[in-house]
Amino acid sequence: MSNLLFSSIGKKFVVSLSGCFLLIFLLMHLGLNLTALISKESYDAVCHFMDVNPLVQAMVPVLVLGFLVHIIFACNLEFKNWTSRPRNMRYAVPTKTKEVHWSAKNMFVLGVLVIGFLFLHLAHFWSKMQLQHFLGKEGTNAYEILVYQFSQWYYCLIYIVWFIAIYFHVSHGFWSAFQSLGLNNAKWLPRLKVLAKIYALVVLIGYVAIPLYFFFCKSCCCQAAAECSAMMLQ
Amino acid sequence: MKFTLKVWRQKNAKAKGRFETYKIDNISPDTSFLEMIDILNENLIREGKEPVAFDHDCREGICGMCSLYINGRAHGPDDDITTCQLHMRKFKDGDTITIEPWRSAAFPVVKDLVVNRRAFDEILQAGGFINVSGMVPDANNIPISKLDADESMDASACIGCGACVATCKNGSAMLFVAARVSALAKLPQGRVEASQRAKAMVAKMDELGFGACTNTQACEAECPKGISISHIARLNREFLWANLKD
Repeated sequence: MSNLLFSSIGKKFVVSLSGCFLLIFLLMHLGLNLTALISKESYDAVCHFMDVNPLVQAMVPVLVLGFLVHIIFACNLEFKNWTSRPRNMRYAVPTKTKEVHWSAKNMFVLGVLVIGFLFLHLAHFWSKMQLQHFLGKEGTNAYEILVYQFSQWYYCLIYIVWFIAIYFHVSHGFWSAFQSLGLNNAKWLPRLKVLAKIYALVVLIGYVAIPLYFFFCKSCCCQAAAECSAMMLQ
Repeated sequence: MKFTLKVWRQKNAKAKGRFETYKIDNISPDTSFLEMIDILNENLIREGKEPVAFDHDCREGICGMCSLYINGRAHGPDDDITTCQLHMRKFKDGDTITIEPWRSAAFPVVKDLVVNRRAFDEILQAGGFINVSGMVPDANNIPISKLDADESMDASACIGCGACVATCKNGSAMLFVAARVSALAKLPQGRVEASQRAKAMVAKMDELGFGACTNTQACEAECPKGISISHIARLNREFLWANLKD
C-alpha cells in the first residue's frame, strides 16, 4: 500500500478517483444552477441553502482538496511523461494513428484551460456569493449576479468556451477513469464511451443553456422593457 | 516503382543523428519493406557507403524484431502487421517515405534504425514467468474455460516489438506489461503469482523510465497483433488489488 502512491498506476488511481468525485460535483452543481431557469425565488432559495447548510460548508474544503489532488497528481504524471518522450525524441513525421481521439491526446492542455476559466468563474461568482457568507458578510444577490454577468456577450462566450473544454475533458476522462480503476473490459469499453458522451453532452447543454437563457431572454427582455418604459415616459 | 527515402542515420548511441535522402528505383510492388531496405543497402555497399542498420529476424511477423516508424506510423501504413509483412504496393509510385527508429527514452538508439529494447527483457525478468517447484504438472490435467483460454491466448500474441511504446505519446509500456500479466493471470498456473507479478513488473516498468498510460488507445491501434487495452484494465485491477490488500 505504501508504494501505491509512488507508482504510475497508483497515481492514475488517485487522478481517477478524484476525477470521479469532480464528475459527481459537476452534475450536482448543474442541478442547482438549472433552478435559475425556473424562477428567481427558487434559485435564491437554493443559494441560501448552500450558504447555511452545515454539510455543504463541510464539503467545501473536501471539494477544494478534490481539485488540488486531481491537479497535482495529473501534473506529476504529465511531467513524468514528458521525460519518457522528451522533445528531442519527437518524430519528424507526426504520429498518424487514426483511432486516437483529439481530446485523449490533449487532456493536459484541456485541464489547464478548465482551471484558467475556473479561477475566472470563482472570481465572478463564488467570491461574491458563498465566500461572502463564509466571511460573515452579506453577499450580493446570486440571481442578480447571474443576470449581470450573462448580460455581457463576451462573458457568455468565455463561459461557453469553458464548457466546450470541459466537454472534451470529461468525454475522455469519464471512461478513462473506469479504465484506470480497472473497472473495464472489452464488453464495457464501448458502453462506457457512450455513457461518457452522454454525460459530457448533458453537462455541456445544461451549463451552456444558462448563459444563453439569461443573455437572450433576460437581458434582451430587460433591455426591451427598459426601452419601452423610456419611450412611455417620453 | 520509384521511391525517395528519408532515412534516420546515427553512427552510435552518443552521436547526433540526422536524416539522409536516398533515391531508389526498379522496386517490384511485391517487394517487402525490409527487402527494399536490403536493396538500398546493396546499392550503398556498391557505392562504398555505410549500409543502413536495421533490426530484423524471422521476417514472417512473429519474432518482434523489426521496429521501423514509417511515415508517422509504427510498422508503416497498414494495420495489424509488422514491418516485415509490409509490401511496397501499399505505397504510391514516387512516394517519399520517412523511416525513423522507435523514439522513447527507454529505447535508446544503438545505430541508425536499431534501438535497444533491453528494457522489455528486464521487465520480463522482474516477473513475466511462472515459478514451478517440484514436479511440473501436466497442463492438460487442469481444465480451463474456453473464454479464459482465448483471452490468455489473445494476450500471448504480443511479440514484444515495442510498437506500443513507440506510438504512445508518453512512451508507456503498459500494453506490453498488461499483455504479459493478463496472459498468465487468466491461466490457473499463473493465477497464483498474479498479484506479485503485477507489482514487480509495474515497479520495473516505472524504474526503467517508461511513461504512464493516459488511455489514448494509440497502442491498441498500432499493435501488429491487435492486443486490446482491456488487458490494461486487468493489469490496473491486479496491481491496485495487490497493493490495497498489502
